[in-house]
Amino acid sequence: MTWLGRLGNFLWSGWAGLAGLCLLAAAWQAGHEAYGSFILPAPVATLEQIGATLSDPLFAEATSTTALRAATGFAVAASIGAVVGIAAGYSMATLRAARPLMTVLLGVPPIAWIVLAMIWFGASDGTVVATVVIAATPIVFGAAAQGIATRERGLDDMARVFGASALQRFYHLALRHLAAHLFPALAVALGTAVKVAVMAELLTNTGGIGTELANARSRLDVTAAMSWVLIAVALLLVLEYALLQPIRSQLERWRSAAQPWGVKR
Amino acid sequence: MSRPPALVLEGIGHAYFGRYVLEGVRLRLHAGEVAALLGPSGSGKSTLLAIAAGILEPLRGTLQRGYRRHAMVFQEPRLLPWATAAQNIAYPLRLAGLGRAARAARVAEVAALAHFDPADLGKYPVELSGGMRQRVAIARALAPAPDFVYFDEPFTALDPGLRRAMQDLVIEAASRHGFGALFVTHDVQEAVRIAHRVLVLDAGGRGLAGERVVPGVPGARDARTVFETAHGWLANDALFQAVEGSDERTAGWS
Repeated sequence: MTWLGRLGNFLWSGWAGLAGLCLLAAAWQAGHEAYGSFILPAPVATLEQIGATLSDPLFAEATSTTALRAATGFAVAASIGAVVGIAAGYSMATLRAARPLMTVLLGVPPIAWIVLAMIWFGASDGTVVATVVIAATPIVFGAAAQGIATRERGLDDMARVFGASALQRFYHLALRHLAAHLFPALAVALGTAVKVAVMAELLTNTGGIGTELANARSRLDVTAAMSWVLIAVALLLVLEYALLQPIRSQLERWRSAAQPWGVKR
Repeated sequence: MSRPPALVLEGIGHAYFGRYVLEGVRLRLHAGEVAALLGPSGSGKSTLLAIAAGILEPLRGTLQRGYRRHAMVFQEPRLLPWATAAQNIAYPLRLAGLGRAARAARVAEVAALAHFDPADLGKYPVELSGGMRQRVAIARALAPAPDFVYFDEPFTALDPGLRRAMQDLVIEAASRHGFGALFVTHDVQEAVRIAHRVLVLDAGGRGLAGERVVPGVPGARDARTVFETAHGWLANDALFQAVEGSDERTAGWS
């Protein structure tokens, strides 16, 4: 009942999101009618184009290429960011040393990293993945450091009184506190990973959704471009809801108990 | 009484950022003895307790623990917000490496001791009232069967009726399981109700100002005796003049 009930709850809450998307589609349709197909193709025409793309073998190839690059970059960024961030959260000296580095990394626009990565790695997977890693790591790092630094000292003392070792306190207390800070950052990092991967592909012409977008642009095929944009968004949603949300809802279950209607049992 | 003392503190001193909060504190508690530690706000009671319980390393002095295992009840319940009441109570048992089935049995047992409704064991701390949370904290302290328990003003935030119920719970548990306790409070009546002996910390933290043995045995004193003893001390005994009324250690700043 528990996880099945949560799944039901989650799906039911989708109605509100669907209503929002319908509003967007209505505005899109209005824009199409005002400016014509060349500037803004109709939503229905775009959906038909997506349908046509789905049956094209190119779709599976481009989407899986981009998904793999984004997921790889995200995994590397999440690992590095979390490990260094946790270390920085425990050691103020590390935090002080690492924070300006992260600010620099965040301050340099991803497009500049793409240029550098193209010089270092050539037009290859490495360029895309490296750009994703550089863009997404500081986001995870900041949240991990913040999460550890703001851990509850009172709970730490409590665990110490009952004989918890430093490792047990980290595992039982700090990691749980960290999760609340880390998951929103991971969602942002994942979004960044997909966006940066598409951008890097577009500029480096190394295949994937980005390259398909570039091709659509050179053909002035706005409908195709729009359909690839939608596919990229769908890819992000699939990655987020398949990868992050299940873990998050399991770990954050107690938070729903604080809501007025409590935990559904 | 040939058992070794439960706790011996010798010349304990501690300072925060160079400012002394405790100096030369000597203290000796017998096995199975419940001692109340009184003192005005800011006299270093909680610091002394944290040192005795091993949370804080004292700057000076030595301490010797004659008991097997200790537990603590804090002023705030300090429950894990992401764990249910049952999981919170079981936390010390989990640390001790007890199996799941043994933990569940012990949780049911100590929840009953703390008069915590078994129907609420699956709830999260946010779903519990203040009194219920403190019951969970007491049950958690009793779970590993400690022979010494530290209490750091555990019932200050509760209303008077609930506070009395909680005090009775502590008295009952202490006499049934024979654990000793160091109970920090700033309420003289509470000290008289639950303790064998009342220790008063000096207002400036310079050792103990003195101590009084409470007549009778905890749990056997009636409300009238408790009230008269506490008020007699507050009205006539110079030792207790500083405990109530004086607020924070303004003298230390002059």
